[in-house]
Amino acid sequence: MAKISYIDAISAAMKEEMERDENVFVLGEDVGVKGGVFGTTRGLHEQFGEMRSMDTPLAESAIAGVAIGAAMYGMRPIAEMQYGDFMLPATNQIINEAARIRYRSNNDWECPLVIRAPIGGGIFGGLYHSQCPESIFVGTPGLKIVVPSTPYDAKGLLKAAIRDEDPVLFFEHKKCYRMIVDEVPEEDYIVEIGKSDVKREGEDVTVITYGLTVHFALQAAAELEQEGISTHVLDLRTLQPLDREGILKAAEKTGKVLIIHEDNKTGGVGAEVSAIIAEELVFDLDAPIKRFCGYDVPAMPISPPLEKFYMLNKDKVKQAIKEMALF
Amino acid sequence: MSETIVQENNKHRNLGITDEQVIKMYRTMVLARKFDERALLLQRSGKVNFHVSGIGHEAAQIGAAFALEKQKDYFLPYYRDYGMVLSIGMTVRDLMLSIFAKEEDITSGGRQMPGHFSAKQYHIVTGSSPVTTQVPHAVGFALAAKMKKQDFVSIVTFGDGSSNQGDFHEGLNFAAVQKLPVIFMVENNQYAISTPLHKQVACERLVDRGLGYGMHSVQVDGNDPLAVYKVVKEARERGIKGEGPTFIEAKMYRLSPHSTSDNDLAYRTKEEVEENWKKDSIPHFKTYLEECGLWTEEQELRMQEEIKQEVNEATKYAEQAPFPKPEEALTHVFKEQ
Repeated sequence: MAKISYIDAISAAMKEEMERDENVFVLGEDVGVKGGVFGTTRGLHEQFGEMRSMDTPLAESAIAGVAIGAAMYGMRPIAEMQYGDFMLPATNQIINEAARIRYRSNNDWECPLVIRAPIGGGIFGGLYHSQCPESIFVGTPGLKIVVPSTPYDAKGLLKAAIRDEDPVLFFEHKKCYRMIVDEVPEEDYIVEIGKSDVKREGEDVTVITYGLTVHFALQAAAELEQEGISTHVLDLRTLQPLDREGILKAAEKTGKVLIIHEDNKTGGVGAEVSAIIAEELVFDLDAPIKRFCGYDVPAMPISPPLEKFYMLNKDKVKQAIKEMALF
Repeated sequence: MSETIVQENNKHRNLGITDEQVIKMYRTMVLARKFDERALLLQRSGKVNFHVSGIGHEAAQIGAAFALEKQKDYFLPYYRDYGMVLSIGMTVRDLMLSIFAKEEDITSGGRQMPGHFSAKQYHIVTGSSPVTTQVPHAVGFALAAKMKKQDFVSIVTFGDGSSNQGDFHEGLNFAAVQKLPVIFMVENNQYAISTPLHKQVACERLVDRGLGYGMHSVQVDGNDPLAVYKVVKEARERGIKGEGPTFIEAKMYRLSPHSTSDNDLAYRTKEEVEENWKKDSIPHFKTYLEECGLWTEEQELRMQEEIKQEVNEATKYAEQAPFPKPEEALTHVFKEQ
């Protein structure tokens, strides 16, 4: 098995799916000749040509809307939003159109579309290159929402998203792109959408998280092991539909639940996860459910001390787990 | 009869439309009108909740639809396009089942408001209520035609107010850059609900908006079905030949209020509306057929009787048809295994 980065896993998934199915194509701003501002689509233009690796006009609603039309015809578009922050001009197309096409046509039309977007901070991106927009979309039935944390999951989930018959939002934490490397099999595989994954078994505290913060939790858990605290880490991987069963099982395991995400706390996915646990397990818990999340400010500031203050990291997560363990 | 009149009376033949087809166009115009009038009555008598009207738009819709290829081209209509959808396969019964929101409604199984046409079997693409969102979808169908080297076009229609939406501008630009086989047709009826055109746009002609994106753009009399047929036919040929999109401004007047929830005399005068009724395409087109020697009063009476029966039967059928089961509301969120 080869060790590859998170970004290379995403590129490989697109390349292999485009080789497998000629209806798969990529469209977005600067995704063609340049290969994307992060380099995610590098090589696709040379291999598949300008129609299947299409540089579009700078207009996000059209990128989403044109992809929706092509998907309804029977193509398998992968629309790239340059940054999650820039997705908002396309939200009407995503929420009012893509998500509702099957339902509103009573199953006559379908919209097998993937929209990829880099999310998250820690790159001095300031307010509009750092956002985690997932909570805007969570709660819209008809959309699947995926946020991988590892190269293995990224490749398998992206392949599953491309093969899915419904619209899938695929959020990539840009801080993971080159930082996270692991083993990815060369043969074809998918990771099923809607299934969480236990990234570490533990006994004392359950951390439920997704994206970049999975790694902070794993790093913190490794250090806390030395201090005698055993941490169970559940990676949600799919934010919609949430893996109810996986969440309850993980919560039950330790009876102490800490939910972590970079997206701001209020109205975030953590609220829904917390409600699921409260509805089913509240009397089995040993501590109140706690959320450790981004601050409720409009977005992440650019100045280094401000960004550092806003961002979660291993040490902050470690402290939060410790407090939960000592409750 | 002078030579000019003979030529004028052969206008449809010169366009390649047979006598039989031109009669069918007229019949479809009348059918759309009669459906519309009945739907209004049904709403006023409390039998259905809502109706949004297309009276005054029939000529443009039918002219356009007849110039295209059924079940080959893709149609992305907007909520006034009864004439268009009736031309390409939908029936009055289908429309009635939709306004009564019955289980058998092919557009949505009783989920969507009336006027939200959809039927994959007729290549009618599902739409929503925030206007103009279907414009980029039409571009997406046309993109697929180019990518898969298929000889179909997509047509998308919308109102004059819609030409202010971002999706209009983004969609036109995308199609022009990629030279896609899509026809954009604005049904300029002079009003966006109550707001007149001069409060919607500052440019004199909507057609100039297409020119601004570098695409072939034409203005046409939307009350003349043959004129619309001609420009749409040419636009289709241009699209198939890889010459790119066409923007068509069809000018007409919305003779009815916006919907059953609208009192149009609150913002326009009776005189203005009456003046425009004089330009109503239906009697004018009837006169054309008569002058061509294709239509008699006897045929007219027979057709009116047939249409009345068709509308009556469709109304009765839809009224008696079962509603969807309540728990149907839970199905088809995602593909069911």
